[in-house]
Amino acid sequence: MQLSFKKPSTRTAPKTLADLPQDESAFVDRIDLPGDFARRLMELGFIPGSPVLAAHSAPGGDPRVFRVDGTEVALRRETARHIFLRKN
Amino acid sequence: MSDCHACSDCHVAANPPHRLVALVGPPNSGKTTLFNRLTGLRQKVANFPGVTVEHHVGKAQIPGRGDVDLIDLPGIYSLQPRSDDERVTRDALTGKMTGIARPDAVLLVLDSTNLARHLTLAASILSLGLPTLIVLNMADDLHERGGSVDPDALARQLGAPVILASGASGEGIESIQTFLAGGIGLPSPVQLPVLQDVPACRQWAREVSHEASYAHPTAPLWTQRLDRVFLHPLWGPVIFIIVVGAVFQTIFTGARPLMAGVESLVAYTSQFLNSILPAGPVRSLIVDGAWSGVGAVIIFLPQILLLFLFISLLEDTGYLARAALIADRTMARVGLQGKSFIPLLSAYACAVPAILATRTIENKRDRIATILIAPFMTCSARLPVYTLIIAAFIPERPFIGPFLGTRAAAILSLYVLGFAAAVFTAKALKSSVLKSERSAFVLEMPPYRTPTLSSVGLRLLDRAGAFLKRAGTVILGVSIVLWILSSVPTVNGQAPPIEQSIAGTLGRAIEPLIRPLGFNWKIGIGLITSLAAREVIVGTLGTIYGMEPESDAAGLRAALQHDLTFGGAVALLVFFAFAMQCMSTLAVVRRETGGWKWPVIQFTYMGALAYICAYIANRIFS
Repeated sequence: MQLSFKKPSTRTAPKTLADLPQDESAFVDRIDLPGDFARRLMELGFIPGSPVLAAHSAPGGDPRVFRVDGTEVALRRETARHIFLRKN
Repeated sequence: MSDCHACSDCHVAANPPHRLVALVGPPNSGKTTLFNRLTGLRQKVANFPGVTVEHHVGKAQIPGRGDVDLIDLPGIYSLQPRSDDERVTRDALTGKMTGIARPDAVLLVLDSTNLARHLTLAASILSLGLPTLIVLNMADDLHERGGSVDPDALARQLGAPVILASGASGEGIESIQTFLAGGIGLPSPVQLPVLQDVPACRQWAREVSHEASYAHPTAPLWTQRLDRVFLHPLWGPVIFIIVVGAVFQTIFTGARPLMAGVESLVAYTSQFLNSILPAGPVRSLIVDGAWSGVGAVIIFLPQILLLFLFISLLEDTGYLARAALIADRTMARVGLQGKSFIPLLSAYACAVPAILATRTIENKRDRIATILIAPFMTCSARLPVYTLIIAAFIPERPFIGPFLGTRAAAILSLYVLGFAAAVFTAKALKSSVLKSERSAFVLEMPPYRTPTLSSVGLRLLDRAGAFLKRAGTVILGVSIVLWILSSVPTVNGQAPPIEQSIAGTLGRAIEPLIRPLGFNWKIGIGLITSLAAREVIVGTLGTIYGMEPESDAAGLRAALQHDLTFGGAVALLVFFAFAMQCMSTLAVVRRETGGWKWPVIQFTYMGALAYICAYIANRIFS
């Protein structure tokens, strides 16, 4: 659903995982979440420097499924927007 | 449902001469399928003393070498625990778990299709110094999807034997058995870096798997194809609703012939017992007390097994994770999350397994909120009560065209009522005492798989056993106590009229309290006995009115029509929709929440809500 709010003209590199359009990939930069939660996300594959692909989403656009390190993990938007992506 | 298991229950403690081997691995590594493969029917569920975590213990038969005890520990991502489950695994492996010997060997089960990620666990497990066999599970999947790995090279890297295996196809089982029998030589251990830092750990795992010429398999094509349908913006929810609808339909209509079969079996057994036993108090105790009480409950067995058949199939195929994903947004509206969906669905059969299923919810407040609302879902124990009262007070007429009759509509509205109470309670809890800071819904989506007959079958056996155990303990006990209370004090050596028995006295004692709801003392006795389990009231009313509920349903209905007004009948239905009348559920809530606080709050809250709403219903409908 968040995709529909994006204006095509202002299309810049996505800042966080929440802005990553479906079927596009990017690299994780950092996770801005409390220590043990960030740790769990890293154990699941959201490691700084590793690639993430935005796959399917639940109807309505939230939560979304991300493909990391060979598995798929579903995250809510409020979690995804604390996972920052590398600019390049 | 006891929280303490005698040691005779645990093979682990009782047979020290056997070797005890622990199965360890991350969630979704196929550990349990492998465990089932190795132990088959020779396994049981046990509880660790003092904690609420269930585990499976079993015996693996090694051809020519006897038995080896296996223990299936909860899945972990690392040895730094975040949940009770993970703490148990760490403590058991380090020998800090009281009542359980430290395992003397480990089967480390890793998903070979996801090696780099799963290998991160290897360094910390190997550093425990126990003889370890590394089982690269799901090898069939790996090969099918074009991946490969050199197990010998990996073994050299890790300093531990490595085999490729598949719990689903049976590949590698013989090698595991050889290891269990002590037949695999252990290479000299290699010093492995135990890294606290996840990225460094992952880097190490990536290098090791590279050295072992690991070729990552292609993405699971079928999973992506199926997800395109099951997570489609339009078809996804449509399929979701069809699946949930089909589950309900089967539980309630498909189970009926099976339940009728069990029912006639119970009735036949009663007749048989009546014919072989001499008339007297002993026969009355066995047939009218014990067997009719237990029989009233075991007729629900087919329904509960069908529900678990569905849940097992949905879980093993991987659809349940998608269902949780689809439900998350709706659940979030009441402050819960997608993982609460599965327990709440199970609660329509029985709250006990539903509460056990909340263990997958990591957020403690979400978990407690789910536990507190689960008993509002219309469980199958309420059905016989609803059926009896509705049949007595609501005439069968078409309601909405030919599709929905008045009686079906009444049952349906009771389902809606329970659901509404759950939603209201969840919202109230999550916006007050159980408000959580951050709703963290993190769910790994497993690839779709074909379920195996053995794992579904074993799960069903497990549940059937637990249910029958409950029927044989709690329900049997209550039935016998009720029989005694309604048979004493004797009058001239005969059973007394019910109003003069102890049960009758109790019913009269609470009559002033329940009079405003439109209930008399006979219903009062039913309310007291149904504190043990809701369905007990049907048998109780049968005893009180001196009629067999199975054989003389019409007589029982007539007696109820005489004793209850329409308002009182509606009040009774509302009371049963809301009140917490189930000892098994309370016992499980106490065990799972670790104290009496939540079960007491739950009992009081549900009781108060039931009383107030039944009072209002009686006023409106009288």
